[in-house]
Amino acid sequence: MSREVIGMEIEVRHVMKRFGSFTALQDVSLRIPSGALVALLGPSGSGKTTLLRIIAGLEVPDAGQVLFDGEDVTGRHPRDRRVGFVFQHYALFRHMTVFENIAFGLRVRPRSLRPSEAEIRRRVEELLHLVRLEGLADRYPHELSGGQRQRVALARALAVEPRVLLLDEPFASLDAQVRMELRRWLRRLHDRIGLTSVFVTHDQEEALELADRVAIFHGGRIEQVGTPEEVYEHPATPFVCGFLGQVNLFHGRVRGGRVRIGTAEVDAPAPTPSDGARVVAYARPHEIDVTLEGGDGTHLAGLVRRVLPLGPLVRLEVDRLDGGEPVAVELGRDAYETLDVREGGRVFLRLRRLRIFADDRKGLDNSAAVL
Amino acid sequence: MPVCCGRRWRMHEAPRLLPVRTDPPVVRGILIGAAWGIVALFLVAPLLVVFTEALREGWQRYFAAIREPEALQALRLTLLITGVVVPLNAAFGLAAAWAIGRFQFRGKGLVTALIDLPFTVSPVIGGIVFVLLFGRAGWFGPWLQEHGIRILFAPPGMILATAFVTFPFVVRELIPLLEAQGREEEEAAVVLGASGWQVFRRVTLPAIRWGLLYGLVMCTARAMGEFGAVSVVSGHIRGQTNTLTLYVELLYNSYRTAPAFAVASLLTLLSLLTLVGTHVLEIRGLRRFEP
Repeated sequence: MSREVIGMEIEVRHVMKRFGSFTALQDVSLRIPSGALVALLGPSGSGKTTLLRIIAGLEVPDAGQVLFDGEDVTGRHPRDRRVGFVFQHYALFRHMTVFENIAFGLRVRPRSLRPSEAEIRRRVEELLHLVRLEGLADRYPHELSGGQRQRVALARALAVEPRVLLLDEPFASLDAQVRMELRRWLRRLHDRIGLTSVFVTHDQEEALELADRVAIFHGGRIEQVGTPEEVYEHPATPFVCGFLGQVNLFHGRVRGGRVRIGTAEVDAPAPTPSDGARVVAYARPHEIDVTLEGGDGTHLAGLVRRVLPLGPLVRLEVDRLDGGEPVAVELGRDAYETLDVREGGRVFLRLRRLRIFADDRKGLDNSAAVL
Repeated sequence: MPVCCGRRWRMHEAPRLLPVRTDPPVVRGILIGAAWGIVALFLVAPLLVVFTEALREGWQRYFAAIREPEALQALRLTLLITGVVVPLNAAFGLAAAWAIGRFQFRGKGLVTALIDLPFTVSPVIGGIVFVLLFGRAGWFGPWLQEHGIRILFAPPGMILATAFVTFPFVVRELIPLLEAQGREEEEAAVVLGASGWQVFRRVTLPAIRWGLLYGLVMCTARAMGEFGAVSVVSGHIRGQTNTLTLYVELLYNSYRTAPAFAVASLLTLLSLLTLVGTHVLEIRGLRRFEP
């Protein structure tokens, strides 16, 4: 079955799509290597689902091309593309049993290509085993839990031996516990069958945990493409930085290779912006050190407004004494206990790590984001 | 009472729970009694009247009345009109409901509102519209006459008038169903390789089949019973353009009460048959498809 099928390489070239006056995608290019598991990540309305639907053929781009293994399939009907598509709300056929749902793709084949009844039965049972739903073949979709429906949808998509698996917000309608389990299971499944897979999500944690590569969408463009590590540690734009996890934002000015933020001066990371440039600097809550003494000009002074114990971490919300935006800091529990700080106490913050962008920047022109 | 609440309370169970779950017995008694009363008065009584009046002069007269050539001609015409109108409305209704339920287009609201027009205008006006269109002095009248095509005072006109009056039944049933179903299941079917026909046959149709069936039944019943519009366009040519309803009126107006009721009972039987047929289909369908 699908196991012997080697996934296709997908390439999207300069794709544009408008819906009325709304531009869903403007000049998006992306290459998805064979066998990869790629996340299209972005806020709602950023164009990620539109791109997924264009790859499946459910939407036709206004301009640009879609290539499967180098072959232009832009004009090809979705039924001839051999893609597996898992819809956000699963779209199971509600009047068919689980068995018939999974068998659908085989039953609608032209007579000459249709497997025999015994063969269909064998394949459906194999897929039920794969998605661990043996024994539920005769149930109807409304008798299943969300996680079970999700897996039926997956089995149904895999039944036609697709060369690409596309998943639209596959975990969005599941509760937290099931979501975590299914996520790991899907990753293992992907590793086992080696199908090129693309999934859409607005959950950065999901994208970073599950995918080999993440493409981050914003306003109909791709802002950055890279491994989870790359996009998290080296965000290419302020948007990517802000979208992937919580960040603190600082406004500052560059002077002599150092960035001045309020009362503190910090070494500017390379490449150093020119002198006098206004910059925005981002630091994640865990990239800030807290001390009780400071004042050598490299620290920001503040008062602890709240202390929030979050399991292994403790979050401090600190009001800056120089009047800037409040800062969120995360410490390990041990560090917090050593520090011995209380709400209302005075602390000094050192920005251990900063990402700096020119203040007027609006995001990169990513007409050729390539993995 | 619905099955879900059909559990009987045993004597030793706390009666205090009862008022929360159901209405007091008196209220229930009154409501159920009222429902039966209305059904008996307005539905069962007229049926009884039709059949007793029809048989007042005995079985022989009854069969004689419905075996008269004019009666048989009226029956044939009624069946012909129904037989043409129902498939026609099924096709048009599906197409219109599909367009409205699935696509966004300019003027969609207007089209949806216009579909109700046959329900909101009197059937007589519906009939007159066709007279104005196809009559001798009507818009297409002269052209039709030149080419020797008869629409008015002939079965084609009666079919058109009936189709007009019964048009909303199927559409009205299907639009909300198609809108509720959405496109995702169809898209899923397409991606799985189904052709347009297969998508319709295996995914769309099963989801709307009960609505379609119900719409068709209502359409059939109304097509057989239509009077106003058909009366206007028929021209009342005896032995040619009388349907069962028109023929009943004719008999009744000529003070031939028993034959009038005999033919009326025939019409009633047709309606009852339609209802029973639907019911059987429904039960069978439920057994086969539903969990």
